[in-house]
Order: sequence, then C-alpha cells, then structure tokens
Amino acid sequence: MKKDETIERHTIAVLVDNEAGVLARVIGLFSGRGYNIESLTVAEVDQAEHTSRITIVTVGTPMVIEQIKAQLDRLVPVHRVMDLTVEANSVEREMALVKVAGTGERRVEALRLADAFRARVIDTTHTSFIFEVTGAPTKIDAFIGLMRPLGLVDVSRTGVVAIARGPEAM
Amino acid sequence: MAQELTGAEIVIKALVDQGVDTIFGYPGGAVLPIYDALFQQNKIRHILVRHEQGAVHAAEGYARSTGKPGVVLVTSGPGATNAVTGLTDALMDSIPIVCLTGQVATHLIGSDAFQECDTVGITRHCTKHNWLVKSPQELTRVMHEAFYVATHGRPGPVVIDIPKDVQFQKGEYTGPQNVVHRTYRPKVKGDIEKIKQAVDLIANAKKPVFYTGGGIINSGTVASQLLREFVRLTGYPITSTLMGLGAYPASDKQWLGMLGMHGTFEANNAMHDCDVLINIGARFDDRVTGRLDAFAPHSKKIHVDIDASSINKNVRVDIGIIGDCAHVLEDMLRIWKSKARRPDKDALSAWWKQIEAWRARKSLSFKTNDDIIKPQQAIQRLYELSKHRETYITTEVGQHQMWAAQHFPFEQPNRWMTSGGLGTMGYGFPAAIGVQIAHPDALVIDIAGEASIQMCIQELSTAVQFMLPVKIFIINNEYMGMVRQWQELLHEGRYSHSYSDSLPDFVKLAEAYGATGIRASKPSELDDAIKRMIDVPGPVILDCVVDKFENCYPMIPSGAAHNEMILGDDAEGATVSEEGKMLV
Ligand SMILES: Cc1ncc(C[n+]2csc(CCOP(=O)(O)OP(=O)(O)O)c2C)c(N)n1
Ligand SMILES: [Mg+2]
Repeated sequence: MKKDETIERHTIAVLVDNEAGVLARVIGLFSGRGYNIESLTVAEVDQAEHTSRITIVTVGTPMVIEQIKAQLDRLVPVHRVMDLTVEANSVEREMALVKVAGTGERRVEALRLADAFRARVIDTTHTSFIFEVTGAPTKIDAFIGLMRPLGLVDVSRTGVVAIARGPEAM
Repeated sequence: MAQELTGAEIVIKALVDQGVDTIFGYPGGAVLPIYDALFQQNKIRHILVRHEQGAVHAAEGYARSTGKPGVVLVTSGPGATNAVTGLTDALMDSIPIVCLTGQVATHLIGSDAFQECDTVGITRHCTKHNWLVKSPQELTRVMHEAFYVATHGRPGPVVIDIPKDVQFQKGEYTGPQNVVHRTYRPKVKGDIEKIKQAVDLIANAKKPVFYTGGGIINSGTVASQLLREFVRLTGYPITSTLMGLGAYPASDKQWLGMLGMHGTFEANNAMHDCDVLINIGARFDDRVTGRLDAFAPHSKKIHVDIDASSINKNVRVDIGIIGDCAHVLEDMLRIWKSKARRPDKDALSAWWKQIEAWRARKSLSFKTNDDIIKPQQAIQRLYELSKHRETYITTEVGQHQMWAAQHFPFEQPNRWMTSGGLGTMGYGFPAAIGVQIAHPDALVIDIAGEASIQMCIQELSTAVQFMLPVKIFIINNEYMGMVRQWQELLHEGRYSHSYSDSLPDFVKLAEAYGATGIRASKPSELDDAIKRMIDVPGPVILDCVVDKFENCYPMIPSGAAHNEMILGDDAEGATVSEEGKMLV
C-alpha cells in the first residue's frame, strides 16, 4: 500500500495522427480525469505521414501513471505511447528564452553567469539581453533563479522534449 | 470504381453499405439535405422521435438487443446538445452508436451562426471519438471509419459532424472495404501465457467466484455460450453486474444472482470471501465493489477486459488479460480441457455449502398482503405472465430498476437493457422503442417509475405513429423512490423534493396519445391488468399503484463492504458512515 502512494514524475511520449482536435483530446483527458500536466509540448514530426509527437511530463502514483498511459493509448488517433521514464534510457531537454533588463554591474554579472550556463545572447539593447538556454528543466530553473536578482523580466519556456537513447525508433 | 455523389448521398450510401436498415432522428435546418436524400430512397427506415435524447436511447435499445450499431441523425445546435445525455449514456455502457449531426456551413463555423454549437468540442468527452467533416472528399472515409471505431474494441458512441455545405457538395464515394483505419487496432486475442496462468489459478481455487459483466454481452452470443460452458465445466458459482444479466441463465443452480449495491446476500458474500475472483468483462464499478479497501480482500484476482485502461483502474489485479471475452474464454476452455483440469472437489463442496447457507437467508424475500401491491410482487407477476414469450425488458432508473434486476430472471443475453453507468432516468421507454423496432414481434416492456417515465414520455407519440406495441409498466410509488430511500437512510427521513406531486393520470395520458391506459391498484387486479397489457395490440401504459414506502433491499450502503449488507428484515435503524455519506 505504502509504495503505491509514492508520487513519481514521468515523461511520456505520444505519437499521434496530426488530425484536428487531437491535442484537445489529450489535454481533455488530463483535465477530465484529474491528472496533472507539468509540461506538454507538441509539434508535427513527420509531414508526409501527418504524425505529431506530444511529450508530456506528469506526476502521479504508479497506479495513476499506468492509468494515464492506458487512457492515452485508447484514444483513437494515438499510434503509440511510450513511458520514457521506465521503458527507455532517455535524454530530456528544454529550452527557455530569458529576458534580463539592467545596466552596470548587474548587466555584467548576468552575462558572466550566462556564459557559465552556455546560454547564448540572441538579442541585446543597451538595457537588456535575451538569453537562449537549453538543458534539463532543473538547469533552466537554476539559471532563471540566478537571473531573478539581476533584472529578470520575462521567461518563455518550451517544456520538455525527450527521446530514447540508442538506435531504435519509438 | 469511385462515384461522384453529394455529401448527403454519400451519407445514405455509406449507411446502406454498412448494413444499416433503421435510423432514429429528428430533422432541422442543418440536416435538410440528408433528409432530402432519405426521402428519395427506400433502403433505410427513419424513425421520427420526439426528442433527440429519445433518438439516442432508442438507438441504444436497438443496438443492445441486436448487437448491431445504432444510428442517429440530428440537426445542429439544440439537436446535437439534446443528444448529449444519450451519447454519455452509451459511452458509459459501451454501446455502439453512430450519431450524425448537422452543422452550419463551413464558412460560418466560429461565427456564432444560428444553431451553431461546437459539437465536436461538446461531444469530445462523451464519445469514443468524433469527427468534423470539412470537405466531401473526407466524408466517405469518415463514415466508414466511424462504424469501425464504434463497433471495434470496447464499443461506444461516435459523432460525425457534417456542415450543411458539405452535404450539398459532391465528393467521391468508395465502399467500406477500401477504408482502413490508420491507427485504431484494438487487441482481441488475450496473451496466452497469462491465460495459462489464469487457468492454473482457477483450477487451484478453493473458493472461486465468476464475476461477469456487460463485456460478455458486447462480445456477442458466442461469448455467453462459452461462458456457460466454462462455468459448468468448473462447477463454480457465478454472479454478474447489472449490465451482464442474461449472459448466464438465471435458472441455473450455479447462478447467485446479481452482485453489488443491491445484489444478493449470497453473491456479495461470495465476492467478499472468495480466494479467486474471475472477472470477465466487468469493470470493478463502484456500485459493485463497495468500499475498495475491503473488496474481496483475501482473493487473487483475474480480470479479462478488452479495454486496457479498465485493468488496474479501480482494483489491483493479479492477472490482467487484455482481450475480447469470447476469444479469451475460448482459449481458457481449450487450455482447461487440454490440461485435463479438475476443480478441487472437496474444497468446492465446502464452498457451495457455505454459499447455500447464505442463499438460505433469502435476501430478496418480501411480504405481500391483500391490500396493496408490493413492487417486487408486481415484477414477479410480470415475469410469470410473460416468461413463455420472447420478452425484452428495459428499465428507467430507480428502485424499480433494481427490483427488476432482482426479480425478473433472464435466461438469454440481449434481453435486458438498462442504463447502468450513467443511470439515466428517461432511458427505458425510448430504448424499448428501439428494441421493438428491431424485434417487431417480441413483447417489449419498459419497467418504469412514475418519475422517470415523465422524462421521455413524449416518445409515446413515436410509438403510436409507428404502431409499436411497447408496454410501459409503471411501478407507481408516488415517490422518486430511490431518492426517498436514501433520504430515509442518510438524512433522517427529510424527504426533500422527492415526492412525485401533481402526477398526470397515466391512464388518461395514454389515451390522450392514442395508446391504451390500464390501472391496477390492488393485488387482486394485478394479474388481469398485466394480461390485458400484454394482449392489447399497440402501446399500453399500465399504471401499477404500489406501496409508497417499500425500500429496495438488500443494500450495501455507500462506503461499506460486501459483508456489511443491510437486509430487508433487519433494515430498521440502519445507518451510513460519515465517509459513506460523501459517496453517491
Ligand atoms: C436524469 C436523472 N436525474 C436524476 C437522477 C437521480 N435519481 C435517481 S433515481 C431517482 C428517482 C426515480 O424515481 P422513479 O422513476 O419514480 O423510480 P423509483 O425509484 O420510485 O422506482 C432520481 C431522481 C437520475 N438518475 N437521472
Ligand atoms: Mg417512483
């Protein structure tokens, strides 16, 4: 009983037919059944085949995670559901655009920290930078945390994308 | 060869090619082209209902009594929203329905046009799948896919939303054989290793019980036959959910009656004490399990279900087999026979001895008198006087529904249609119309409550128009009896708004529609009234005036375990736990 109550975080990849309403179906499933979405990303991955890949990061007990996968799998336009947290050794990345405004010492410090995070400057004015930073969500959290006292004004994050290691397709 | 047809013609042609002979519908502006195409053909019969909810329930009755999908045609906006209750009902009970809705023309979508609503948005949550068809080129594929999706895997309702311009425009038609769904491939064969493990577990059981459900019915009559064979071979006791009644014959000695909230004492105690629970085509619904942490606590559990998401959803099982009941039962039987399995005779006879002791409590008994008809008595008499016929029973929702399930035994599948998952008052009568359409010579009876019947009473006009001899058997207790019973149990008898005030005179109401009305108020009148109801040609309402305060027992109160049942003879002062009060 105890073990089943532990909350786990899973990254689930869903390959779907890119038909109208498919994203609404997936999101509706989560809201309708009270599941959590930590992040969700979607884009077409095969133009010829009209398939899209949705990456969902969710949290729940093992029983809930199992339910989520089964519920996703029974949606009619779903080709395949893969739990990247258990079925595969996988890599996860997220990207963020981070706008920092300021002048003087704070501006220099922001640049210096960005360098340490391998964040790129993709826009600059005399009073602001936009950084592009990529990595695991925790790295992005850390970067944003550091920028906060240095004049953080805006953040846009993509949410997690993930893929299994090794030569196989999903 | 592909043909060029208008969208409306494609719809009709696809229906014909899918073997559809009857549709239930109601016209409106956004489906006029389809109605025009209907007018110009004679292969499909259209049953004009009086409310779109009735159309879907009628299609459900048609589907559930035939095993074929039911087809509905309604207009946009209010036509579609009126269908929502029926669609949700079909989704909960896994009934294959193809519902065609009209939509405003494609260039008007999103403009809040007259009778526009976001039908695919609204019905996304109450269908298995739905489509908005934006061009006539897609229509033929979507039509055929819709039938495939509705009837394969776990069956369910689908909606095809067709804008009016698409109904007029021309597109290519191709037959169903040319359409293959891109993604949907439900699994029907169970994993053979797991089936072998299950057979081992079944064979070694000391206190087994079969718990079956609507999945057996949906799987087709073969599944019922295989179930009967397997259950008899094992000699094990069997119970079923509300939705599964009829899959196993109620007259058989291995049959324990229905289980769950209003199940029999023997069925529920067998569930509680069993060591191996064999769930085939049921879904561990809360009406069945009662308190989850006390559900069959000492058992190993096997679960066969075509829907993977049903397995381990409410109850953790030891062996989950994803597959169609008939396929899995066939494999189970084959493996049982080839390994020459024998049940443990001694253990089994001890188990049966225990079950017989529970059975001896006669948990369905009730006391009759000469003055007032008891509702259970009314249903028993109805059974006795109709059992020699080809009889189909539908119900509304409430006490009468549970009494029907308890006191009207079924020997065959597909003879019993009731709203189980959604519990929709108003289901039974239109469903009976659908059944009667499919079985014109059968005796079709809606066992109703005086409150429920008023929710779709307008369909009496449909029954009269199409000369459908459907019988409405009203168990009239002048209360929303099930609500009153819960108020008695949970709210110290404060009967808040559960009295059926200002009832119509049902006899006159029947007559006003051009049907026949009969009333029985005393036990001495009951048999004659029922006989007359059956013999009168055409639709009949029999208003059966019964005891107002009878409660439906046995009962597992919400939040209680299977071995904590309230029985009729010791119901006095029964209570519900604080936690139980939160549940419905
Ligand atoms: C559409 C709908 N509204 C409300 C309910 C809640 N409800 C369940 S049973 C019931 C009372 C039914 O009364 P009646 O048809 O007279 O049946 P009885 O219980 O008296 O046999 C009600 C209101 C429901 N199941 N369906
Ligand atoms: Mg009543």
